[in-house]
Amino acid sequence: MNATRPESRPTPPLAPRPQVADRPVADRPAAADAGAPPKISVRGLDFHYGRQQALFDNNLDIAANRVTAVIGPSGCGKSTHLRVYNRIYQLYRDQRAGGEVLLDGENLLSPSTDLIELRRKVGMIFQKPTPFPMSIHDNVAYGLKLHYRLGKGELAEAVEKALRGAALWDEVKDALDRPGTALSGGQQQRLCIARAIAVRPEVLLMDEPTSAIDPVATAKIEDLIEELKKDFTIVIVTHNMQQAARVSDHTAFFFEGRIVEFGATRQIFTKPVHRQTEDYITGRFG
Amino acid sequence: MSVHLRREIERLKEQVLALSATVEEAVWLAVRAVQEHDPALARAVLAGDRAIDEREVRVEEECLKILALHQPVASDLRFLVTVLKINNDLERIGDLAVNIAERAIHLAAREEAPTTFDFVGMATRTQEMLHTALDALVNVDPVRARDVCAMDDEVDAVNRGMYGQVQAGIREHPRQVDFYLQQLSISRQLERIADHATNIAEDVIYMSEGKVVRHHVEEFHAPEPPAAG
Repeated sequence: MNATRPESRPTPPLAPRPQVADRPVADRPAAADAGAPPKISVRGLDFHYGRQQALFDNNLDIAANRVTAVIGPSGCGKSTHLRVYNRIYQLYRDQRAGGEVLLDGENLLSPSTDLIELRRKVGMIFQKPTPFPMSIHDNVAYGLKLHYRLGKGELAEAVEKALRGAALWDEVKDALDRPGTALSGGQQQRLCIARAIAVRPEVLLMDEPTSAIDPVATAKIEDLIEELKKDFTIVIVTHNMQQAARVSDHTAFFFEGRIVEFGATRQIFTKPVHRQTEDYITGRFG
Repeated sequence: MSVHLRREIERLKEQVLALSATVEEAVWLAVRAVQEHDPALARAVLAGDRAIDEREVRVEEECLKILALHQPVASDLRFLVTVLKINNDLERIGDLAVNIAERAIHLAAREEAPTTFDFVGMATRTQEMLHTALDALVNVDPVRARDVCAMDDEVDAVNRGMYGQVQAGIREHPRQVDFYLQQLSISRQLERIADHATNIAEDVIYMSEGKVVRHHVEEFHAPEPPAAG
């Protein structure tokens, strides 16, 4: 049997040649950060719980509008380190920090720091969602009323903006009077993010923000983190290695109160320099 | 996660070693089949290719399973990526051994012509490269891997020289065109095996040091951001 030549197909018109500028630019956090001044510079930070020293000579630069993940085994000082950035540790007796933590060049550990203003600038999201026992609207409006004098219309606008920013608006816009505590765990955590971003902070600290919520809600928060970094500098403490790898640009590995390694997340998770980092992230210890 | 992942990786290592051994033997048999004009040895290579293909698929499935279930990082991730790539190289080497074996069957039935082709020398060097690359893989030895990369130029040079030799042979013995073309083909198959051995060696360097050394690609990379701590 003779093979027949396949009929020729009509040739589609050629698409215009793509221009280099049309193509997505490869992710280059290293180059983007190289020249930018850090948002937070930690220099020689020590921390004590009474007589017990928990942090030893921590040095770290937190890049602006980037996500920095802090990882390490339980008790290594991750959360302690984070709690210095807004001096929330001062709510407790016998806790003290030494060294310098520069926020835009100003040492926030200085006695002259206005703590109310510092905590507006440096918001915090905790492990367990902590909505206030009040309505969804009032949860978000609470900080706004504390820091700004806003008219009724302005307040409503600011509440909506914060809820939109936390990717919660569409789910709650018809139920703003419902108690915040009636929301699901994931929604409550986004409500707390809305409350934190409502006062227009510059830095968001997240202390294991998804450890108490399910995987779907976790994915929403992680997507949100990606969005939020356009406007905020984010530092996240997490026990979830994959989460650190997914959401962060830089990663710091803590061990026994010291920063063992700090670098670009893609480098830490593909080619860590220190053996301890390698052993921790591959699950050989911790 | 650690114990399960360790167990899976150990199992994967065993599978890759088994595949490596099978492929190395296929090349060795194919070379001997040419050298000894032995079609029986060549047919053994052809018969064994199916097993290589099956092993390759199993290794790939195992890699995908580990990636999906354990999401490895750092050296574990580099090992898995390396195995995925080397697996492909090994399967291709198996195919090239089959090509050589087919040439051996063809040549065994034909008259030989005068040749200056140093088949034994080139085959020995190629097998040495493959063996060293696989040793480097087993022992995670970037030094041995770099030796392989250095040897590749030598095999390339022999293959390039073949074109002139074949032209001269055909000119002098025009009735033996087929013989010379078969030889040229064998030389090309060996050269490609050496290239795959080089790929394996380059991947071993990546696995061990985290550096991509192909195409001198590191020259194009921007430096990483300065680390604090």
